[in-house]
Amino acid sequence: MPKDSTLKKVLVIGSGPIVIGQAAEFDYAGTQACRALKEEGIEVVLVNSNPATIMTDKDVADHVYIEPLNVYTLAAVIERERPDALLPTLGGQIGLNLAMNLTEDGTLDKYGVRLLGTSAESIRKAEDRQGFKDTMESIGQPCIVSKVVTTVQGAVDFTDEIGYPVIVRPAYTLGGTGGGIAYDEAMLREIADRGISLSRVGEVLIERCISGWKEIEFEVMRDSAGNVITICSMENLDPVGVHTGDSIVIAPTQTLANKEYQMLRTAALDIISALEIEGGCNCQFALNPESYEYAVIEVNPRVSRSSALASKATGYPIAKVAAKIALGYTLDEIPNAVTGKTTACFEPALDYCVMKLPRLPFDKFTTAKRTLGTQMKATGEVMAIGNSFANALLKAIRSLELNVHSLKLPKLQAMSTKKIWDKLSDIDDERIFVVAEALRRGITPEEINRITKIDIWFIDRIGTIVNLENRLSQGIPDAKTLRFAKEVGFADSFIAELCGVTRVDIRELRRKYGIQPTYKMVDTCAAEFDAQTPYYYSTYDIENESVPVDNGKRKVLVLGSGPIRIGQGIEFDYCSVHSVWALKRLGCETIIVNNNPETVSTDFDIADRLYFEPLTPEDVEQIVELEKPWGAVVQFGGQTAIKLAKTLADMGLPILGTSADGVDAAEDRERFDEILNLCGIPRAAGHTIFTVEEAIAAANQVGYPVLVRPSYVLGGQGMEIAYNDDNIRDFMRIINMTAQEHPILVDKYLMGREVEVDGVFDGEDILIPGIMEHVERAGIHSGDSISVYPPLNVAEKHKQTILRYTRDLAKHLGVIGLINVQFIIYHDEVYIIEANPRSSRTIPYISKVTGVPIIDLATRVMLGAKLKDLGYGVDIYPEGRYYAVKMPVFSFEKLTDVDTNLGPEMKSTGECLGLADSFPQALLKAFKGANMKVPKKGSRVILTVKDEDKAETLELAREMVELGMELYATQGTYDYLTERDVPVHFIQRLGHGHPNILDMIQSGVVDMILNTPRRTQREDGDGWRIRRAAVEHSVLCLTSTDTCRAILTARKEGHSEQIVPVDITRL
Amino acid sequence: MKATLILENGAVFEGESIGSTEDVVCEMVFNTSMVGYQEILTDPSYAGQGVVMTYPLIGNYGTNDEDDESEHPWAEALVIRHLAPRGSNFRCTSTLNDYLIRHGITGIQDIDTRALTRILRIQGVMNGVITCEENYDLDALMERMHAYRVQGTVERVSCKEITHIPGDGPRIALYDFGEKRNMANRLLHYGCDLTIYPAHTPAETVLAEGYDGIMLSNGPGDPADCVDIIPQVRKLYESGIPIFAVCLGHQLMALATGARSRKMRFGHRGANHPVKDLARNRCYITSQNHGYVIEAESVDPEIAEISHINVNDGSLEGLRYRQKPVFTVQFHPEASPGPVDTDYLFRSFLDVVEQRMKEAE
Repeated sequence: MPKDSTLKKVLVIGSGPIVIGQAAEFDYAGTQACRALKEEGIEVVLVNSNPATIMTDKDVADHVYIEPLNVYTLAAVIERERPDALLPTLGGQIGLNLAMNLTEDGTLDKYGVRLLGTSAESIRKAEDRQGFKDTMESIGQPCIVSKVVTTVQGAVDFTDEIGYPVIVRPAYTLGGTGGGIAYDEAMLREIADRGISLSRVGEVLIERCISGWKEIEFEVMRDSAGNVITICSMENLDPVGVHTGDSIVIAPTQTLANKEYQMLRTAALDIISALEIEGGCNCQFALNPESYEYAVIEVNPRVSRSSALASKATGYPIAKVAAKIALGYTLDEIPNAVTGKTTACFEPALDYCVMKLPRLPFDKFTTAKRTLGTQMKATGEVMAIGNSFANALLKAIRSLELNVHSLKLPKLQAMSTKKIWDKLSDIDDERIFVVAEALRRGITPEEINRITKIDIWFIDRIGTIVNLENRLSQGIPDAKTLRFAKEVGFADSFIAELCGVTRVDIRELRRKYGIQPTYKMVDTCAAEFDAQTPYYYSTYDIENESVPVDNGKRKVLVLGSGPIRIGQGIEFDYCSVHSVWALKRLGCETIIVNNNPETVSTDFDIADRLYFEPLTPEDVEQIVELEKPWGAVVQFGGQTAIKLAKTLADMGLPILGTSADGVDAAEDRERFDEILNLCGIPRAAGHTIFTVEEAIAAANQVGYPVLVRPSYVLGGQGMEIAYNDDNIRDFMRIINMTAQEHPILVDKYLMGREVEVDGVFDGEDILIPGIMEHVERAGIHSGDSISVYPPLNVAEKHKQTILRYTRDLAKHLGVIGLINVQFIIYHDEVYIIEANPRSSRTIPYISKVTGVPIIDLATRVMLGAKLKDLGYGVDIYPEGRYYAVKMPVFSFEKLTDVDTNLGPEMKSTGECLGLADSFPQALLKAFKGANMKVPKKGSRVILTVKDEDKAETLELAREMVELGMELYATQGTYDYLTERDVPVHFIQRLGHGHPNILDMIQSGVVDMILNTPRRTQREDGDGWRIRRAAVEHSVLCLTSTDTCRAILTARKEGHSEQIVPVDITRL
Repeated sequence: MKATLILENGAVFEGESIGSTEDVVCEMVFNTSMVGYQEILTDPSYAGQGVVMTYPLIGNYGTNDEDDESEHPWAEALVIRHLAPRGSNFRCTSTLNDYLIRHGITGIQDIDTRALTRILRIQGVMNGVITCEENYDLDALMERMHAYRVQGTVERVSCKEITHIPGDGPRIALYDFGEKRNMANRLLHYGCDLTIYPAHTPAETVLAEGYDGIMLSNGPGDPADCVDIIPQVRKLYESGIPIFAVCLGHQLMALATGARSRKMRFGHRGANHPVKDLARNRCYITSQNHGYVIEAESVDPEIAEISHINVNDGSLEGLRYRQKPVFTVQFHPEASPGPVDTDYLFRSFLDVVEQRMKEAE
């Protein structure tokens, strides 16, 4: 069927801010789909509240609305743009839900907008619990049997029907408190009784227990003619029970024989056919390892994290094909862009093994519970490709950037064998390391399988790695052993560690023996057809297929930013992709190295050549040796790329733009201080230290409070405010838990107004697209503060000072390209906080709201252009007429035991933007975009603040009263406010009887809490419990009076009823 | 033990011996299926050939007593990247290595199978040898390779005696040119009363029994070599009895009615081949294993129309005969291994059979 010619304009909904469970994969899918639509001459209207995305670029869509994702905004955009159709399957669950709401409230009908790809009926069948169950039953697909019961007897009766064991899940208790697995009636009675009493509504769900079954996924596609194909099968190493987003996933399936494989493949195709989906769909199954018995766990009738992984694992562009199918094409009419010869109607054949590992945030949230379960906790993921399980796994581990290059964890090595036995039962992010350690201790694969239910095949493969470790510990390997170690995937650094030499020694030994990697192509077809797309992974094999091209173009290596983690998010992928595009426009041949399957940068048609590899010195060196690029770009890939600058420079590869030395000058405390002195730029006093004793001495010299942080990190990792010597000892212990090659900084802490700029410097001139002001005062990480452009409270003289400081710094650091500088304006003077000669988190957002293509300019400058000739002027770019408010978005509800209190260490996972012609209106939009309910008349607000904040809280409280809010306060705050005649109710603190503040939060009547914690304690027990309770009951909890002031401004001066969508392409 | 794989073009791959250590000379072909090695090894269509698996991890689920497609493996050799020392699956009864040893199949692992596959794709399938000799005589091996030709394989693989499996449904005769067990199993699944005949059974013998339908199986080798069988197939065609033919059976029917076959450069072997059913206007993913193909332009449109084409390369995948109730496909609707998406063809065949039975009454 050819393309539907009545479609001219299509609305695409993005997935909003990055949160745990909904990350960059939707930017990848959305960007690919928008480009596919434009390729067909379709006018694309895009709505997404996330400004850090590539899809919200005016190069990607024709009309871009960076607006809150809600029915109200969508209706306003539809009214204005009048699209012919809406494509709802690219924006994750949010996109799908919005499409359903717009269907149900009649908006789509009213404006004659068709739903493309998947009908509302299909969405309902897949998403509605009962609808899904009925549909599965009608096509004979088994689901997991379950029933909600309210009595112990009910639980027993139902279990008698379905058989033991069962899982008991109390309703409405977070993290499944009170639930458990019952293996017999006595246990069931006990657990059900406890569960029913703990549940707020007195209900428990009794579910057939299938934990320990294999978890298998199929990515399938269907077109309007009913053609169905599978793109990829995937097997989770972690049996059922761990969220697939947190599981180690291998593609294709490894332990299924043809019969089971075809059984589940057919089931997946039957499901997508029954749901009548036109596009892609993800089907998750649980398979009994002892029989053919299986159950459908979940179906996602849209692109997903798994479909992004499947696309990168196979080379098959699912989102692109889904978009074409939505336009009416059938699979056999869509060309296979990878082979250029065949069509999209085939099933990819893999001749390699793909490994996905989750990137969990426990390095950052050291107090968070590491247990993995049905609630996803990973912020991102890495993928590795190899010709064996072991080498894909070891590459993936290196890609995580957790200072681990093998399956050995010192922490586990130090444990007793008894403890290792115990730890095998823990389902957490370290389980695979525990399995390896267990094998080292002689625990048999059968025993490990019995405890973990991890398939013996996987355990055997880990065994291969452990055996080889032993062999290599014997001493310097001979040629044969060394080659074997490289084939298995051991990093040079790990081999070196095992045999007690240096990484460079092993590298030289490899050179001597002629052991070099070969690169193989990902071609969708296992070499059956000649493919055109240069998408490579390394092996140690005979034939190298990656033949460097010599077309006279300058070859530039661009290093990506690896997995998404807190502090290094999607914005760096935005920068990498834009630099690739800019380099291509400048006539360069581009080579990208990255390992994140969720991103646009690892799409097969972004760079001229793509290496899907770990970003470590060894892996990058090998690519450089093969490709011999003309230069490398490290400015855009966050700290991941910056850390590799020295390796590249040591190889004699020119770093384009700022040199490795410039990077070092900014990071090296003493060199940086020297430059500041030279430029006459003041900064808070501070010292560089290595030991606890030095830190304490430094802190006492500058005077408390001080900021303590390691150098060479992003997102304030390990950064804390210390008020006394004990704090310092405590922080240093945590910082030193991860290996430190770099010194630690101790600075005097100034509490002023924080301001941030990004600049492009060409050696003479600087261009600052815009100055951004933080709403919260210094002390809260810039990534976690609300930021506004243009600034509201920065005097012209300070702007000029900022310009001068930034230019001088850039000049003396030897910057060519980007620089990001953070300042504090304190007592009418501008101090510098830090400077980073690289791209920053704010680049995408400031590019979009100012219209200055910063990455393009920076790239041109790096290749020798002068700003004066580029058409955007120099110095500070004229301010626009719109206010842009960047709002951080957190994922606290996904992470048990993490304190929500904001401080110098970054905690947000994503951001959204509010854009309007006034600051309060922009703020209001931003709060809405972040899904924060702005309190209104009648809202109940609890105030419990530390003494230093009481005066400010008084002002805020008076405003709240004026706005008709009802106030509650704990003792100290209550006394302070009542003494000053503010009407406020008293609410008991914890431990002083009931009802107390916690009871009130739990009862669901509270709308907002302002809780400013004392920083003298690392873990403030009561405050922590209050803040966690707020998260768990979805109550807005602010930990800064500045944020509170902002929310009141939005309420007072913003107008909910006058929200006007802004098309940023028309700014 | 070290083993060496040498191709007719002189390429040498060193690896480790698996299975039997006997030297073997055969035609090297590659298969892109990611699962189903046991079914592939026992598919009689591989008689005379050594199979290179493009998927690198083989033996993961071992072997079992249920997944053989015939009495024993017919592939001459197995070439892989990595062999799993033991299998992990609830049905597993043996490791793949033990299975190969038990059946005397020579194999080799630690091979850059992608490099090997690229040679076979670019230069076409060619003969090869696997030897475990440390000091092999290259000239002698080359001579053996050049002399080797896949022939007489249908005779070798076909059953020697007639087998009858009773059923309540239509009486079907199945010509075994190298039949995969699942073909009979699918017919039995649909309730057929099935009689399996050796490849060289004269048409008269079968026709005399008055079957309701005839099925021609898959099988190994060059269809044009089957000079004795082709005239028998012609007689079956003339009889007017409904016939469904698969793979070699499809090729023999085409040759019997005047079309030509040719050898393909590297054939179709895998579980991911898209085929379009032109009548239904639908694409299906099919399991395939063939090195020869019927030339579309040699088919007389008066005699047969093209019913299926390959979506990848446009090659002929199926014919519907105009004057007789005969239809034939190049791919494998019986799957095993591979997708079962075209199982409906068995049903379609039996619908035709049953329709005619009704008409006869």
